This record gives sequence, structure tokens and C-alpha cells, in this order.
Amino acid sequence: MVDQTHSATGARPVAARPIAFRGGGFAPRPVRHVAPALFLVLIVLVEAGTRSGIISNLTLPRPSAVALTLYDLAVSGGLMQHLVPSMRRLGVGIALGLSAGIGLGVLIGLFSLIRAGLVPLVAALFPIPKIALLPLFVIWFGIDETSKYALIAFGTFTPMVVATYGAVDNVDRTLVRMGQSFGLGWWAIVTKIVMPGAFPAILSGMRVAIAIGIILLTAAEMLGAEYGIGAYILTAGSLYDLEKLFAGVSILSMLGLMVSFVIGRIEKRMLDWR
Amino acid sequence: MQLELVSVGHAYGPVEVMADISLTVPTGRIVCLVGPSGCGKSTLLRILGGLERPDRGAVLQLGQPPAGCLNPLTYVFQHFALLPWRTVEGNIRLVLEHHHLAAAERREIIDDVLARTRLTDFRAAWPRQLSGGMRQRVALARALAVRPAVMLLDEPLSALDSQTRELLMDDLVALWTRAPFTAVYVTHNLDEAVRLGHRIVVLSRRPGRIRAMLDIDIPLAERAGAAGELAARQAELWSMMRAEAEAADRELSDG
Ligand SMILES: Nc1ncnc2c1ncn2[C@@H]1O[C@H](COP(=O)(O)OP(=O)(O)O)[C@@H](O)[C@H]1O
Ligand SMILES: [Mg+2]
Repeated sequence: MVDQTHSATGARPVAARPIAFRGGGFAPRPVRHVAPALFLVLIVLVEAGTRSGIISNLTLPRPSAVALTLYDLAVSGGLMQHLVPSMRRLGVGIALGLSAGIGLGVLIGLFSLIRAGLVPLVAALFPIPKIALLPLFVIWFGIDETSKYALIAFGTFTPMVVATYGAVDNVDRTLVRMGQSFGLGWWAIVTKIVMPGAFPAILSGMRVAIAIGIILLTAAEMLGAEYGIGAYILTAGSLYDLEKLFAGVSILSMLGLMVSFVIGRIEKRMLDWR
Repeated sequence: MQLELVSVGHAYGPVEVMADISLTVPTGRIVCLVGPSGCGKSTLLRILGGLERPDRGAVLQLGQPPAGCLNPLTYVFQHFALLPWRTVEGNIRLVLEHHHLAAAERREIIDDVLARTRLTDFRAAWPRQLSGGMRQRVALARALAVRPAVMLLDEPLSALDSQTRELLMDDLVALWTRAPFTAVYVTHNLDEAVRLGHRIVVLSRRPGRIRAMLDIDIPLAERAGAAGELAARQAELWSMMRAEAEAADRELSDG
């Protein structure tokens, strides 16, 4: 029925219809309230499942019981007993690992000789699962805190080195030439052009490194510690105490969320030029 | 201060980029370098500014830079080269920070160049908030802030659309008319060359040699009204360049 011919005067074709829209999509945008709602639905589903017996209490604990356990742990002071040593290990280990990693990464980015020597070395260390080195660190530093610091420091160091020299490499060289053309000295170019230019990528490297730090913290604490979130989880597991086990896991999850919140804050504050 | 190139030649490995270039850049004049792309214009400008060593020949500076000059040879880059993490004002301050200036004098310089490039209202803006034309004005303001003896401009308007380009050409003419500066202005746009150049130097395709020089005596401020004369000059330039451009276009690049 569609008549494609034009009239002799070149006026409008007989059948006119709007062209079909086929663009759009592929552009994720933030949607509010979806994440909390989904979280709530999952909790409610598990709560209902465990209460009715559809989910056996050896599979998942009741969320309400986990919340109660967390509350008791906080009130009894047990939370601090485990959280404080964990935070100290994480803090010390990460501080060592990140500062060494960033420092060395910048040197690799700036000096050809250091790069030539260290990049292959870092490439060889990078793929080692760092937890495999814990026995060695125990031999070197003893079973106590130092070996845990060393493990976390070393485990966060390698990804941080790689992220940092990549970040320095990716600083726009025309900006460096610009600095030179205005007579800026070497130090001014490093501090005013290279470092600020590398900063965003260094921050996202930190995110990854700290997540690795939390993994290593837990593993190290499971392998030999009296107190600490990892030790708490391991004890709970060996006693089939799922409430405590999940309480410990939620603490780790919150720890991770906190770190990513803090880094997000730093990004917002320092990178408002983007 | 005058710049002189004495039979400069340069090669990157086996690729000979330019050969036997001798040229004088007189004080208070704008010398335009035109030539097909890849003929070594940017390289020549880097050599002029001391960012690259020529294999042969020499670049000489005749006379002293004027008093108060902070950076005698100052670049303006095609892609602006602004630090995105500094505001307009911060980008200009960057090039003054390492000079020993009183805080008041620094402020004065910044206020002056912002006013001259009509950016006073934008001093707190981030580069990302600015249009291409405004960004290049910031780069111009930054270059003026160090009171250069010679400005080296590498296709400063090539990243801009043609309307913005017209506006910035007018700005450059106004800046020069108020306070004549010495400049080497690289472009592949013949319209820019005849509007802004006192002397136009035509380079051949790679290896770049000087094919011709053309002086235009019409004062810069009057060129907007001399369209006919300029069109004739532009046609003359194009007839000199056409064959070279065509050959350069068909060249395989493996350099
Ligand atoms: N750093 C470099 N290393 C090797 N070759 C280069 C380098 N810079 C430029 N060249 C080559 O030199 C030639 C001239 O480049 P350039 O000066 O940028 O030309 P133009 O600015 O006239 O387009 C080109 O063939 C380019 O590939
Ligand atoms: Mg170029």
C-alpha cells in the first residue's frame, strides 16, 4: 500500500511516516536507591529462607543473628581486640609498601638506568602470589608482627611500583617540553608537572594495592595470629560458628568500603580540575 | 634581539629533515614559516628555541634580550600545553614562580597579561571549562608574562575552528600593534601567513630547504581591509607550493 512515487510537482510523497529511532543506550548513568534496595531485598530473602528452613543453618546464618553477634562483639570489647591489631598491621604494612612503591616507581619513571635495572626485577616479582612468601618472612622476621608487616608491605609494593611508573610514563610529554621551554628546572618540572600529572593514576593504583593488602592481612592472620579479623574468622570457621564467621567477613567488607570511600573523597578534593 | 640561522641542517637517523637553512629573524617582525606537513617546521622551531640540537649549522642570538625579559625564547604550542590541574591564573603563575620577583610584581604581570588577552574574568577557571580559543589565549598570556624577546609559535591556531581562528588572528594583530614583538610563526595555513607575516618563508618538502621568501609591506592593522592584495599574495604563495604539497602528499612515510 505504501506508494513511493512523488507527485509531478515534487511535493511530499504519498505515505509519510517518522523514521525509526535506533540510537541511544550504551551510556550507563547513575540510578539512585537501587543498590540499597537490592541489598535490603537480599537480606530479607536470606532472613526469610533461614527462618523457614529452606536455607539450612549450615549454609547461611540468619542476618539478624549476624547483626546481633556484631553488636555483642562491639559491646564486649572483642571488636576492638581484633580490629586494632588488624588495623595496625594493615596501616604499617600499607604505609611501608605504598611509600616504597611510589618512591621507586617515580625513580623508574624518571631515570633510564634505574628503569633498565629494576623493571625486569619487578616484572619477575609481580606474579609471585605474595602469600607464598609468608613462610620465608617468618624465618626472616619471626612469627610475630614484623613478618606480617613485611608481607603486607611487599604485597602492596609491587603493584604500586608498576602503577606508579606507568603513571609517570603517561604524563603528557608536551607539558614537560613546555616546562623546559619556560626555563623551569628539573625539580620544578618533577614536582609541578610530572607528579601532579601522575597523581590520578597513582591514586587508582593505591585502590588496587590496598585491596591486595586486605587480602594479605587476612591470610597472614589466619596462618598465625591470636587476635585480628583473620584469626577471628578462622576460629569461627573451625567451630562451625557461621554467625561469627559472617560477622568477621562483614567487618572486612566494611573495611574495604571505608578505604574506597576515603580514596573517593581524596579524588573529589584533589582532582576537582577534571 | 635578533635571531640568525646559519646553514642549519638536521636528520633523524637516516631521515634528512632539513638542509642548509639560513634565515634572519629581525627584531619586531613576524616571520611566517610555511611548507607542506613533515617538512621540518616544528623541528626547526625546536632548534630555534634550544629544545633540539641541529646536526649542522648554528643558531645565533644577535644582541641582548631587552631588560626585564624573563625567558628570551618563548613557545606557544599548537595544543596549548596548559596544566589541567591549574587554573588560568595558576598556569600563568607557573612560569613566573621560579623567577625572583616580588609578590606585587608577579601580581602586576599576571593582571597585565590577563587584561591584554581579555581573560580577566576567567582567571579562576579550569582549562577544561574553556573553549579552544580561550585556551590558546591563556597560552598567549602565559607567553607574554615572561616578556619574551622572540615568540616561537607552532601552528598556534591549527587546532581551532575557522571562526575562532579569525578572532584570535585579530587578537594577535591587536597585541602586536600595541607592543610589537618578534616572532617566528609556523603555519600551514596561507591565509594566516599573509595576515600575520611581515616576511613569509616557503619551505620545500622534506628535506626542507628555503624555496622562496616573500615580504609583505602592508601594516598588520591594515591587512583586514586589503583583502584583494592579500589574496594575490596568497595565490602567489600557493602557486609556489602546489607542486611540493602534491608531491609531499603522495610520499610514503617510513621515517
Ligand atoms: N623526534 C623525532 N624522531 C624522529 N623523527 C622525527 C622526530 N620529530 C620529527 N621527526 C620527523 O621529522 C620530519 C619533520 O617533522 P616536523 O618537524 O614535525 O614537520 P612539520 O612540523 O613541518 O610537519 C617528519 O618526517 C617526522 O616524522
Ligand atoms: Mg609540526
